Formats: sequence, structure tokens, C-alpha cells
Amino acid sequence: MKDDILEQAAGWRAEGRKVALATVVATWGSSPRPVGSQMAVDDAGSMIGSVSGGCIEGAVVHEARKTMEDGEPRMISFGVSNEMAWEVGLACGGRVQVYVEAVE
Amino acid sequence: MKRDITERLLAARKAGRPVALVTDLGTGLQTLVYEDAIHGGFGLEDDLLEEVRERLRQDRSGLVSDLEEDEDGVQLFVQTHNPPLRLLVVGAVHIAQALAPLAALTGYAVTVIDPRGSFATESRFPGVSLHDSWPDEALSALTIDNRTAVVTLTHDPKLDDPALLVALRSPAFYVGSLGSKRTHAKRLERLKEQGVTDAELARIHAPVGLDIGAVTPAEIALSVMAQITAVRRKAGAA
Repeated sequence: MKDDILEQAAGWRAEGRKVALATVVATWGSSPRPVGSQMAVDDAGSMIGSVSGGCIEGAVVHEARKTMEDGEPRMISFGVSNEMAWEVGLACGGRVQVYVEAVE
Repeated sequence: MKRDITERLLAARKAGRPVALVTDLGTGLQTLVYEDAIHGGFGLEDDLLEEVRERLRQDRSGLVSDLEEDEDGVQLFVQTHNPPLRLLVVGAVHIAQALAPLAALTGYAVTVIDPRGSFATESRFPGVSLHDSWPDEALSALTIDNRTAVVTLTHDPKLDDPALLVALRSPAFYVGSLGSKRTHAKRLERLKEQGVTDAELARIHAPVGLDIGAVTPAEIALSVMAQITAVRRKAGAA
């Protein structure tokens, strides 16, 4: 599945769309997707892959849009200690750190 | 991710060449580390380079810190990209027809081997890589490595035994063989006569698959895939 994500990201880019790639770089506790899990998002809102069990993808898309705009990478943390926990925290009680970068 | 990096990364993966993408989480700069080369935005100290390559060999993505660089340490993320795991199936039988798509879904590149012309056909195995040479020749040609699982499904000693002789002396991480306890006992006797050691024989998972009471070909395929997954993910399992 990992293969498809990068190829899809490159494919979207080749079509002239803006694309951001999100990668799980660290996890603590019972996070649903392991380190290295990826998801790609384009500026039309298409997405492929996942970085959790669906708990935080919405928030990642939000950050990905900012990265598509300014080209700057972002590190975002999700989990019980996050103040956004109630809205986008992981129901399982785990924590994940996600790196979001633009695909040039 | 810069275009040059993306293109090289996709090219390496297409060629089946292992590569790690190393990202400096502070600057966003990236470098590709191959088994024998390095290319990209920054260099790596020898010990750090070795750590990245060790992660590549173990297929383990994760954070590494370059503490020598400065006091706070530079945080690097290593994303490993290895060729897909492989499943080599001996016997283009009914169970193989269920196992091939299930294994593909699980992330394995599947090859089905059967020298019997009417079995390994494109219409029975759409999109699956097929080999019609004798199993031992096919397995030798396919160079089994430690990211390869081998399953024999023919029940026929003429086909299964030569395959097992090759598989048991290879670095395959999983070797499974279809057949009842009785069939397997006879198989062990035959292989022993051919000089296979007890330690080598103990590597065979048989009767094949996790014991989930599987009856249909699809259920048996599921039990086999579950067992392969357990062996890969849980040290000492099944």
C-alpha cells in the first residue's frame, strides 16, 4: 500500500496539483498505525493512505493545506496530552507525531 | 520533498533497490541512503550512516538522533523502502487461487509455480506472476531471501519435495507445506532419507496455517496468510 501513496503523490504533482505528504514519525502507547505510515493529500482534497484509524486524518488535512500554501514542513502531535484531544485526539489513548511536508 | 529526491526514490523502488529516505526534521532537508551509496541534501557521519543502513536491513522506520552534531542533537527520521515481501506458492491449485489475491492485499509480491500446463494459467491467476518450470529450478532461479515465504500446496511429493529441499536450505522466513499430519509424517521420512537434517525439517509449518478450523480453499488461504503474518510480526509465533 505504501507504494501507491508515493506514486499517487507524484502523479498528482505531475498533473500540476499541490500535494502534501504526511508521515507518522513517532508513536507512544496504543496508536493505530505504525511509524512510517503515510498519507498524501492534494489541493482538491483527495487523499490516499492513513496515519491513524481515521481519528486524526481530518486535522492532518487541515495542516497539509497550510503546508501546500507556504511550502513549509510541519510537525504535529496528537494524543491524550494534546489540548485538541477532545476533538482530534486518539480514542485509544495513544499518541502520534506526524510530519507534514510539501511534495515539490 | 524535492523533485529530485522523489524521482530517485520512485526509481529505486521500481528497480527493487532498497533505499532509506532520511529527513532532517529541523530543516526539512532530505538524503537518500542506499546500501552502497548516498545522495541528497546532507551527508552523514559514519556511525549514523551505519545506523540508517541497519534500519534499512531490518526494514524499521524511525527516529535517530545525531547527538554529536550539536548539543540539542539533530533529529532525523528514517523511512525505509524495501522491495515488497515475496510469497512463492508451489502448486497452482484451488487454494492458491484464493491465497494469491489475499497475499497481494497483505503486501506480498506473489509468484505461483506449477509445471503442469493446465494449472498455472493466466485465466486462473489473473495478474499473478507464473512459473511453469520444475519447482526446485524455479525456486533457485527466484533467489529466496529472508523477505521471502514459501508455501507448497500440491500434495504431490514429486512437486513438493524438490521445492522443500531448496526452501529448507534457503534464508526464507517462512516455509509451509499443505497436507494432513499423516501426509506430513511420510514427507518428513522421505526428506530425511534425502539428507535433510532435523533442524531443517523443524522449519516446515505443517499442517500448514493457523488452526482456525478452516474448511474451504479461501478459509485455508486465510489461515496460511495469518500464520505467515504471525511468524513475521511476532517473534517465536506459530
